[in-house]
Amino acid sequence: MRRRIPAMALNVVLVVVAITTVTPVLWMVSASLMSPGEASSFPPSLLPKQPSLQHYKALVDRLHVVRYFFNSFVIAGAVTLISLLINSMAGFAFAKYRFRGRDRLFRILLTAMVIPAQVTMLPLFLMLKTFGLVNTYVGAIIPGLASIFGIFLIRQFANSIPDSLIEAARIDGASDFKIYRSIVIPLCKPILFTLALFTFMGTWNDFMWPLIIMSDDSMYTLPVAIANLMGEHTQDLELMMAGSVVTIIPVIVLFLAFQRHYVRGIMMGGVKE
Amino acid sequence: MTWRSHTNRINRHPVAWFFLAPALTALAVFFVLPVAFALAMSFTDFDIYALGNWHFVQFVGLANYARILETPLFWTALRNTFYFVLVGGPLSVAVSLGTALMINSRLARFKSLFRTAYFLPVVTSLVAVAIVWRYLFHPAHGLLNYVLSWVGVSPIDWLGNPDFAMPAIILLAVWKNFGYNMLIFIAGLQNIPDELYEASEIDGAGAWKQFTSITIPMLVPTTIFVVTITIIGYFQLFAEPYVMTQGGPLNSTMSIVLLMYEQGFRWWSMGYAAAIAFVLFAIILVITLLQFAIQRRIQG
Repeated sequence: MRRRIPAMALNVVLVVVAITTVTPVLWMVSASLMSPGEASSFPPSLLPKQPSLQHYKALVDRLHVVRYFFNSFVIAGAVTLISLLINSMAGFAFAKYRFRGRDRLFRILLTAMVIPAQVTMLPLFLMLKTFGLVNTYVGAIIPGLASIFGIFLIRQFANSIPDSLIEAARIDGASDFKIYRSIVIPLCKPILFTLALFTFMGTWNDFMWPLIIMSDDSMYTLPVAIANLMGEHTQDLELMMAGSVVTIIPVIVLFLAFQRHYVRGIMMGGVKE
Repeated sequence: MTWRSHTNRINRHPVAWFFLAPALTALAVFFVLPVAFALAMSFTDFDIYALGNWHFVQFVGLANYARILETPLFWTALRNTFYFVLVGGPLSVAVSLGTALMINSRLARFKSLFRTAYFLPVVTSLVAVAIVWRYLFHPAHGLLNYVLSWVGVSPIDWLGNPDFAMPAIILLAVWKNFGYNMLIFIAGLQNIPDELYEASEIDGAGAWKQFTSITIPMLVPTTIFVVTITIIGYFQLFAEPYVMTQGGPLNSTMSIVLLMYEQGFRWWSMGYAAAIAFVLFAIILVITLLQFAIQRRIQG
């Protein structure tokens, strides 16, 4: 009984904070269904009087949103698949092979994480320009190919695979690649899935690099296209809300569906180190 | 037999290099090389003419760095970025810690629902939510001024007033990011062994005493980690001012990275922009070294 008042106060605060965090996102969805001009009335209207999908239709018909969605999907999907393959191979090698300079090399990689990505952007742009890769998917994908953080996470996880399992497979005549493919990859599935979520969502939401490397409208990713739309259609608030909804729906769905896996990645990266 | 058992060992290093090769090649070509190239660039006058023909590039020594120090706009950007880091950073960490403590409390209900709600902004694309926030901040019909009017606050021109633009960006950043650190704090709280609390309860310690003598000291390592990643992340402020204010009004939200972007990719003064990038690098390096020093000191 003594605890009832503090408990109520605490839960009220929790509800208020939850309303604050969720309202902007919900209002975005609500405003995207309003008729033009309705969202910017005063006092602000919370729900559409006559919900309509006209802005979504306009995005598809006039503003090539399908194309941007496709660009985002191709880039995020490719970065996820390629980086998972490359990082898992390296993480496995660091965890399960003994070779000269291994620990020093690993330390150097961890130290290199201090360097902010922005330092590489100017030369990377020039390099890609020289090879004609500006405005291409390849150019957008390249910085995400290998990630030190990904290698680190997979190494931590692969460390726990018992050596005896690998030795046994080797005695049965399995090649190194076979061991990687049929022992390490299946056992690392949880961390690979977590990393895949992180990579996909991170690349999907990335703004600065696609902004730099994609100069042609038809190659924009959704965030770049939305930012561009903001400059051109400042008055069409409801239309921009619809564009925002299209941009965030895929990541929100992924997050809600696989929340547990996503959260585990943060915990692993956060608690360790 | 000796030969066989030798090859059966896992330490046949040529194979290890086969597995490492793709990652190391990608990192060498697309990370290490560009960093070296950027450092070299920062000592040249690489500009729009050089972009067309690299023969125009000239070595200028430390001239770009000297120019940075002489440019008032750089100092403005540096000051704004520090403002964002020093006000937004602690605010963000405080909100993360506060919400983590509340959700972790035995009195809280629907914990996972609240956790999901608080984390939702983290996964959204910044550009997309920035559009909503631009209208929440709208002086005439924004929701924020509407709510503030209930308590008698007269309308604020959040993004149009140089005094309020950075606070507005801080609000957006804290709203968007606090859920991430909150999860790390929750993990830290759950790692505190229950026995500690049970033992102190036997000793007759109250809730507040437990909080100050167990919870806070046990959270110190987590807090150092959270503070460091937050500071480093906040120093890289870019998308928020790019979409919300374009650095304005009156450059009040111009950040170091936004300045680098504008100099490098809008005006193509790439040598100068590379020097700005290295100033950012130096700042982040100093903070990381500080973190290590503090950690070492705490661990004895």
